[in-house]
Amino acid sequence: MSKQKIITSYSFKDFSLSEKYQKKLARRHFREKLLKISGLSAIIISCSFLLFLIFNILYKANGAFFTTYVRTPIYLDGNLIKKDDRDYLEKFRYRSVLLKSISNNYKEIHNNRRDKMRALNFFSKRADLDIRKFVLKNPDKIGEKVYIWLKASSKIDQYEKKNSKNLGDVHKLIYEKYFTPSDFKKKFNYTLFTKGDSTEPELAGIAAAFIGSIFTMVIFLLASFPLAVLLSLYLEEFAPKNKFSDLIEININNLAAIPSIIFGLLGLSIFINFFHMPRSSALVGGFTLSLMVLPTIVIATRNSIKSIPTSIKTAALGLGASKVQVALHHTLPLAMPGIFTGTILAVARALGETAPLIMIGMIAFIVDIPANFFDPTTVLPVQIYLWSNNPEIGFVEKTSAIILILLIFLILFNAVAIYFRNKYSQKW
Amino acid sequence: MFYICLLIAFSCFTFFFSKNYFKKQHIINRALVKATPNYYGICVTTWLLSILALTLIIIYLLDIESIEIFVTISLLLTLFCNIFLLKNLPKNFHPRKHIEKLFICLLKIISIISISITILIVLSILIEALRFFAEIPITNFLFGTKWNPQDASHGGDATHSFGAVAVFLGTFLITFIAIIIAVTFGIFSAIFLTEYASKKFRSYIKPILEILAGIPTVVYGYFAAFTVAPFLKLFLEKFGISMEAESALAAGIVMGIMIIPFVLSLSDDVIHSVPEQLRNASLGLGSTKSEMITKVVIPAAIPGISGAVLLAISRAIGETMIVTMAAGLNANMSFNPLDSVTTATAQIVTLLVGDQEFDSSKTLAAFALGITLFTITLILNLIALIIVKKYREKYE
Repeated sequence: MSKQKIITSYSFKDFSLSEKYQKKLARRHFREKLLKISGLSAIIISCSFLLFLIFNILYKANGAFFTTYVRTPIYLDGNLIKKDDRDYLEKFRYRSVLLKSISNNYKEIHNNRRDKMRALNFFSKRADLDIRKFVLKNPDKIGEKVYIWLKASSKIDQYEKKNSKNLGDVHKLIYEKYFTPSDFKKKFNYTLFTKGDSTEPELAGIAAAFIGSIFTMVIFLLASFPLAVLLSLYLEEFAPKNKFSDLIEININNLAAIPSIIFGLLGLSIFINFFHMPRSSALVGGFTLSLMVLPTIVIATRNSIKSIPTSIKTAALGLGASKVQVALHHTLPLAMPGIFTGTILAVARALGETAPLIMIGMIAFIVDIPANFFDPTTVLPVQIYLWSNNPEIGFVEKTSAIILILLIFLILFNAVAIYFRNKYSQKW
Repeated sequence: MFYICLLIAFSCFTFFFSKNYFKKQHIINRALVKATPNYYGICVTTWLLSILALTLIIIYLLDIESIEIFVTISLLLTLFCNIFLLKNLPKNFHPRKHIEKLFICLLKIISIISISITILIVLSILIEALRFFAEIPITNFLFGTKWNPQDASHGGDATHSFGAVAVFLGTFLITFIAIIIAVTFGIFSAIFLTEYASKKFRSYIKPILEILAGIPTVVYGYFAAFTVAPFLKLFLEKFGISMEAESALAAGIVMGIMIIPFVLSLSDDVIHSVPEQLRNASLGLGSTKSEMITKVVIPAAIPGISGAVLLAISRAIGETMIVTMAAGLNANMSFNPLDSVTTATAQIVTLLVGDQEFDSSKTLAAFALGITLFTITLILNLIALIIVKKYREKYE
């Protein structure tokens, strides 16, 4: 009996002296829970922001990869189109055929020019290419009335995708009177990947921006990688400990924190106004980015070089190698995986950078795919900015699509970097 | 282009010729060779290139611009290097030493280049800004409250339409909103990750949050302008509050989200570096974990965290795309986060896009804003660096 009493007297409840302290204890435990829950919810909210952003973009981008085609009766007038001459067939302007078919088909439309043009705008501006393709494939059909799948204009496309609810009067009339749902179908949007920018959403593509991004990244890598590697090699292996080295060190840390737009101003005033490099070219873009991202690569490279153990260096020195030989033959090759990882991450950062490139004029409207480093170019993020400023509704899904493509590339780069780090990282 | 290819061919030829020459020498007479043949090759090639560069500069200065002369001179020099120099190398010649000296010279030049970048930034922007201040008094710029560059270019009173206060007010308003969000979420997440979370949870969550940092700013800008702003507008209208389509609030919130991982990783490091003894002592005295965190760990980490916050502020001030797309362009003197405000970075973008003439006060104003921005961020960064450095020294 007494033994049991002693044991219970040690239990937690009996120890608590009074109700006052118990309350205080409860409050303390409540605070403990509060802090834990608020920390967890902070993380969950941040993550859900990310998820929301990604799903939002996925949801909006969904439509952009497909575009609507309309099956339309077209009368291929034998008087207009010569049958035999293939060269002629290729050069013929099929827009006139389309226009004629429209005014024949849609009798309700007032015969004034404005309504006719509106009816023509039911189809894409380059719908004549679809007719041409058909004629070149089936030259024997000339002179007949045929059904051809024509690319619809962006307005119809958006209406079909239920992104917009209003159509113009003429379009509504045509849509309701002459077409059944089976006359519409969605095809994969090749234009998005093969064409440059356009004022018409259904004809706009990302190819120019994509090639521009690649060119800019090539220049960026060529300019920044050797510079960064040699600089960090100097700082880690050769620099004497003096004021000058400290100055370089502070300078690099500061460069990393300067707003990116300042580098745009630098590129504008140095490369374009002083050296007269071609405005909005990949060359200037790459140089500007390389100045901006240089500190990132330098910091990564220095960390990588720092992690090489001194025993390797001293062993090489002991065998009679000079300091330069140690650095070039041993330290640098061993540090390479780390340097590559840092460089890939830097490329990912440079790929998403917008503000400095806008400053140096990469915001131009680029229809043609750039052929070399001196051509006016735009890059993917700037294309996002351009399209998001476009008020036409067809560009909303296009913008989301290009964002999605950019994000896929960034995630790919990051994944490659992580793979590199895991595969080649050595614990010394 | 042709000439560059020719030069490359010449130097390759020199390299391999001299390399092979010394390989043969090595086989015939051991004593002569002081280094591997590669070194001789590189050495002779660099001589060739430096002599070539010198002569070409001289020719260029003499105003002779015919490619035939260039080609013949390079050819002659290549032959001279390969035949004459190789035969007459001094007996105690050490090519390795020469090359290594050259290499270190190269490294030094590169380190000087890295410093010159900063100097270039400052000079290039400062020169343009000084041109601006020659037209518009600096006091009007720094203390003026009316920002209306369009007005100035249409013949209005230029000296009074560039008041930077209106612009920087917007910058600080948006930065304030962003920092509140980023610091709350960032620090709470950092506390949870360092003190409560299991290692596995940490290893999953950290990369996810780092994705947030890797998303390009233009994507955030799009998100702010076309998703968050309409949503906020709809939400606030239910409570009868009207909001403009472009607002400081939407831009600030999204910018805050963008900076969360930045604050998180910095304060994570700081909290991690608080010594374990402090934690154990506090727990040993009977405090709960939360008391240990709020009364011991955080006060010890405050200097480091404030450094992180300063860095985050300087990032928020310099952020461009989000504010350009979501915050608007009119310089309102307003503290209301629901109003459309403008920022220094957004103004720089709008002033310089599409405008080709380079000497109007409108374009030069962008550089004046730029140098102000540069100064502010530089000061913030330096203070933050000093704080973080001192803090590190305290615990190491």
